[in-house]
Amino acid sequence: MARELDAREGVKVPADGGVEGRSAAVRGEGSPLLSPLDRRAFLQCALASGAALGICEFARFPVAIPAWAAPQKQDDSRFTVEAKFYQKLPNNKKIKCKLCPRECTVGDRERGYCGVRENRGGTYYTLVHSRVCAAHIDPIEKKPLFHYLPGTLAFSLATAGCNVNCKFCQNWDISQVRPEQVPAEYVPPQRIAALAKQYNCPTIAYTYSEPVIFSEYLMDAADAGHEAGVRSVVVSNGYIQEEALKTAYGKMDAVKIDLKAFTESYYKDVVVGELKPVLNSLVTLRKMNKWTEIVYLMVPTLNDSEAEFRGLAQWVKTNLGVDVPVHFTQFHPEYLLKNLPITPVSTLERAKAIADAEGLHYVYIGNVPGHPAQNTYCPKCHRMLVERVGFTASQMLIRKGSCPFCQHPIPGVWHA
Amino acid sequence: MSAMSSTSRRDFLKKCLTGAAVLRASGRVELLAAAEQGGALAKSRVVIARDATLRGVGTTVDSRRMLSLLDRAMQALLDCDNPSETWTKLVRPGEMVGLKVNALGGRGLSSNLQLVEAICERLQEAGIKASDIVVWDRDSDEMEHVGFHVSMGGNRVQCCGTDRVDYEQELVTHGSVGSRLSKILTQRCNVLINIPVLKDHDGAGVTIALKNMYGVIHNPNKYHPNGCNPYIADLNMLPEIRSRMRLTICDATTACFEGGPGYKPEYSWKNNSVIVSQDPVALDYTGWQIIERKRAEKGLTTLEGDKRAPHYIATAADAQHRLGTNDPRRIAVVEV
Repeated sequence: MARELDAREGVKVPADGGVEGRSAAVRGEGSPLLSPLDRRAFLQCALASGAALGICEFARFPVAIPAWAAPQKQDDSRFTVEAKFYQKLPNNKKIKCKLCPRECTVGDRERGYCGVRENRGGTYYTLVHSRVCAAHIDPIEKKPLFHYLPGTLAFSLATAGCNVNCKFCQNWDISQVRPEQVPAEYVPPQRIAALAKQYNCPTIAYTYSEPVIFSEYLMDAADAGHEAGVRSVVVSNGYIQEEALKTAYGKMDAVKIDLKAFTESYYKDVVVGELKPVLNSLVTLRKMNKWTEIVYLMVPTLNDSEAEFRGLAQWVKTNLGVDVPVHFTQFHPEYLLKNLPITPVSTLERAKAIADAEGLHYVYIGNVPGHPAQNTYCPKCHRMLVERVGFTASQMLIRKGSCPFCQHPIPGVWHA
Repeated sequence: MSAMSSTSRRDFLKKCLTGAAVLRASGRVELLAAAEQGGALAKSRVVIARDATLRGVGTTVDSRRMLSLLDRAMQALLDCDNPSETWTKLVRPGEMVGLKVNALGGRGLSSNLQLVEAICERLQEAGIKASDIVVWDRDSDEMEHVGFHVSMGGNRVQCCGTDRVDYEQELVTHGSVGSRLSKILTQRCNVLINIPVLKDHDGAGVTIALKNMYGVIHNPNKYHPNGCNPYIADLNMLPEIRSRMRLTICDATTACFEGGPGYKPEYSWKNNSVIVSQDPVALDYTGWQIIERKRAEKGLTTLEGDKRAPHYIATAADAQHRLGTNDPRRIAVVEV
């Protein structure tokens, strides 16, 4: 019996490269987690995926919308593991979370801001280990990671929860809920690695919601993946403490960070977070030699000033170098920001022009199907090296990490 | 001479006084208080009813004494001579009444069962069908853990957590708040009676009436930064909550002055009282003062000194919210 992508549920636009639209929730018919597929079923599924991906260039990306029936009671004990990053406080069984810069002080029987970590009698637990609420096989270009194994697939998954509350979040129905409020499957790390191999995905991607909040699971899954020969990448807001970043993201093979704006006021008002720790994370990742790409979702009137583009480009050039890819992506109205229009393409092009002029080598425009700035060009001879159509790499000319025309090195992770 | 000028200053004042008298007679005192009008009429009434023998000789609250305590409190609040008449001023047959309890604190510090039973009894006497009463909180397991018997269907009083019914799909927003509401609130009640517990809170300072509405939404964890301010006030502004809220009956039989909201015996005391009001801001302000007095008695610093004064109470009373008054000059605390 063929399993098709759950297109009946509705459609969402991939509005944010940061939290890219998930294509099928674990509860959906098309979830790869529900039961192993045979080869025939997998091929049919892949064809359906391909068709959907092709359509999305012109229509929109299919996304499973929850049915909102009362969720069945889940056995929490399977998902509950002591958290790794926290500190016990001396009084009243309180703890201080050391995972993200928010540093929630959490009383007994309470949860942190993310909603997925709970203090039980003075011990802090994650409630989302192996608790997968969304899973799908995506092109790596959808993350987006453009300088990482182009044209390959990523076994992509998420748990519920997030440590910020972006007013434009397109996946708020899993990121802004508690784990017990959304159906989930128990998928232990070894199972993830096995599924990735089974579906011919060289990479596991932790994405859709905010992987910072399921760091323990991410680390265990990355270890299991590496043992099975499967790599790991993370799509994250970068709002994480340095020690946790080094420990958890140190296990990643590539990282995509959403730099949501270049002002603290935007982070405070729209993201409910802070800019400085995210910049620190980017610098730390650079020091760790971790392949990193940056996405900047451009929200009209809120973070689309030329001064911000210039400041961002200058900061990247000074602190990370000119070879770090920066993706300026188009905003679509979602969640609590439905009153703002789609980002004009001309604004995205203006941002790219400014970043180019500041000397950045790889500046892309995202969420605008067919735009030439989705392709990768050699910064020296300016020939096209990777051609992309939507989320598909249709042509890949880079050889041994260099331009085949002028031999200029092109940074990235190009070959498996 | 114009018609306008025919009204003398004396006539105008007379009409104003008459209007105020009419408002008082119609039992809308709390609306005046919310509008922060001046004078004696503007006071929000907060009734504290105590019974030192509430538990008899044991540790469990005595049901009969609790009913009597509730009656005293409600009669003092609504100026009634008998219990039955009191509740008919609040509810009408055919209305669906939600009793929002708080079961977060476990067995030691959750809404008292005998108090809830007493309220259900009086509601039914006032003509509310048992099946039109729903006792609810966020989570069924938490409710059962503290002694509520989860029961849905039939002609009994309904009792369950939102986890059994789910939240609305659509987001509702006000100010900083964007949440999905419990379907129990939106689909199962048109009258809300809030039954919080008098507690200290490590973030907000105190958690009493207004913060108990965190149990109505799917994402309360998003509203704890900055001492829950302005989130608590913004949440209570949602029309779905505000239009249904008719009364707060705070369970202060056992209260907590430190280490809340979880139950810690060393920081709890048998207060043997209930606090009732139709002004949740005035009730929270009054409850806060009770907790401060207990903290002082125990040699603890003030909540302000602990950097967690409940500033959300002032926000709830400000010109943008007007959920009630936090001005002690406009709160009439009645002890019975």
